[in-house]
Amino acid sequence: MITQILFYLFAVVLLGSAAAVVSARNPVHSVLFLILAFFNAAALFLIAGAEFLAMILVIVYVGAVAVLFLFVVMMLDVDFAELRSGFQRYLPVGATVGAVLLIELGLVLSGWTFATDSAHLRMSPAPVGMSNTEALGRILYTDYVFLFQIAGLILLVAMIGAIVLTLRRRKTSRHQIIRVQTERAVTETLEMIPAPLGAGVASMGGYRRPKVAEPEPVVAEEAEAEGHGHGHH
Amino acid sequence: MTNWTLALPEIVLAVLGLGILLVGVLRKQDSTLLCTMFTLGALLITALLVLTRSTGFAFHGQMVKDAFSGFNQILILSGAALSIILALDWNRAQGIARFEFPVLILFSSVGMMVMAAASNLMTLYLGLELQSLALYVLAAFARDDLRSSEAGLKYFVLSGLASGLLLYGISLVYGFSGTMDLMALRDLLAHPANATAGLVVGIVFVLVGLAFKVSAVPFHMWTPDVYEGAPTPVTVFFSTAPKVAAMALLLRVMGTSFASLVGAWQLLVIIVSIASMILGALAAIGQSNIKRLMAYSSIGHMGYALIGLAVGTAAGVRGTLVYMVIYVFMTAGAFGCILAMRRQGKAVEQVSDLSGLASNDPFMAMAMAVFMFSLAGIPLMSGFFAKLYIFLASVQAGLWTLAIIGVLTSVVSAFYYIRVVKVMYFDPAGERFDPRPASLTVVVAATGLFTAFFFLFPAPIVAAAQSAAGVLFH
Repeated sequence: MITQILFYLFAVVLLGSAAAVVSARNPVHSVLFLILAFFNAAALFLIAGAEFLAMILVIVYVGAVAVLFLFVVMMLDVDFAELRSGFQRYLPVGATVGAVLLIELGLVLSGWTFATDSAHLRMSPAPVGMSNTEALGRILYTDYVFLFQIAGLILLVAMIGAIVLTLRRRKTSRHQIIRVQTERAVTETLEMIPAPLGAGVASMGGYRRPKVAEPEPVVAEEAEAEGHGHGHH
Repeated sequence: MTNWTLALPEIVLAVLGLGILLVGVLRKQDSTLLCTMFTLGALLITALLVLTRSTGFAFHGQMVKDAFSGFNQILILSGAALSIILALDWNRAQGIARFEFPVLILFSSVGMMVMAAASNLMTLYLGLELQSLALYVLAAFARDDLRSSEAGLKYFVLSGLASGLLLYGISLVYGFSGTMDLMALRDLLAHPANATAGLVVGIVFVLVGLAFKVSAVPFHMWTPDVYEGAPTPVTVFFSTAPKVAAMALLLRVMGTSFASLVGAWQLLVIIVSIASMILGALAAIGQSNIKRLMAYSSIGHMGYALIGLAVGTAAGVRGTLVYMVIYVFMTAGAFGCILAMRRQGKAVEQVSDLSGLASNDPFMAMAMAVFMFSLAGIPLMSGFFAKLYIFLASVQAGLWTLAIIGVLTSVVSAFYYIRVVKVMYFDPAGERFDPRPASLTVVVAATGLFTAFFFLFPAPIVAAAQSAAGVLFH
């Protein structure tokens, strides 16, 4: 009973957010709805007992793909209004194609019958009393370890490729030098300035750091005042 | 029992590749030369491991080690080694010398070795992807050069499409047969009743996907642009090792699993082969860029090599294997000469730039002439014997059409190969090329000697090809 209620809850949210993905005006909202749809689909997988698929969906699709989409949407200057401009004009054609596909899908599903011994035809049936993550892990790291390692190499090559094609060592680029960072002493970075009531640190000359070898204080104050003046303009 | 020791060459090569990558990343100085030398060493070690192989199936039949895989793996490793040697000085002169270059070629070779030893459609696909992914990056390796980036992108998009077709074919085959194991498929298809229409459609898609990788017509469109745009050492690599690996896959898949369905796919391979030969012969005539000319030449040569598959016998496979050996060495040599074409530090690649080479640089002109004659199939050069074995096999099998069209297209293609020789020997001498690096001289001399004097000692290679071909079509 509870399961059924949960199923309908997640299914309704899933369908609603999927519809919102295509109908939302703001592309960022579309991506956020997409993430919501992924989460709900993951919940449906959990209900079906496929916890591995659920976790993969969350990790891969939400964690990587959706964030990538978000990056693309926010960083690339795509004019979505222009993309959408032909919507009205192409609606009849699109709707017809969609309807044909829907009818075909219905025909396929209505004529679908399982082979009588389909349960025995499976190559690696899930062993009894074992979660399917564990079952998958057991065949992935034993029977298919070779293919698994090659897949790992493919990802490594992809990484090398991305670095080779994009990384540039510029003279002007600012690298993080961890040694310098960790060797910094407190005295170099922190300074206690006793500030009397009603006077700000800035007005006492404690504004610019690191200190420049103490020039004449009058000149420094003038520069400070000028800086403020410019700021107000 | 997984029998993992059979995969030792692949494992060793991959682990050494990781080590070389670490060396390159961790060393502060430029380590291109060091990494190149290490990579050559790694390829050599792997070749020795392949030679001392034992045979059998590993990882529950996902991988097979036999004479066929060993033959192709050695050829792949030599192709990779030749391109790395040829790349060394060229990359430095072009300002693209980076240690990732040999590492990427190494990982690509791992993928190709896996392809050559694949005994399962999944292994096949993963090997192919590992190879292709490294190739995409290599094609775009001169990243500040617009043409190189274009070549990389073009190859990436089209190759991705071909991978999709291949994968679709694999899924159809799996769906209609219930197995991805090549041996199991062979046993299944021994009964003609099991060859359902869906399975045959799947086979056609697999064939199309692999035909793209060997750049056979009508899936060749990427070849001229990628060959021209990619840095020349990468073009050398493109035209040697991946061709061998893809051809090995084609032979293996068609020659074991689908051997009993030869009637279903033979006509298709014949058409592809004839189309490749004709296009390779005709389209190259108008080319003035020598890299484009070599691209069309490679399309034509793949057409000849496919005759061996179309014949569908062990003799045909032997012909194809011998063809690939000869093709790899003569192409690498010809590209060695092309890499030496450099004036005032800038690489030139027009046929007319070779003008009068014979008086400026007799050694290079002679070597180039040897390669051109061999590519054309002039008797006593190795290329002649390559075609001889192929045509003999097709005549023995009664496929006269293929042999006749093959001979006719060789005559046509001889026109543009010999035109290069004419430009070198009879045209007025142009400006001299820059001095050749020693590495080029060594490679050109070695491959030139192989090409010119193959007829003195064909026996070891033919015998090795014979035993490799014995694995298929029996």
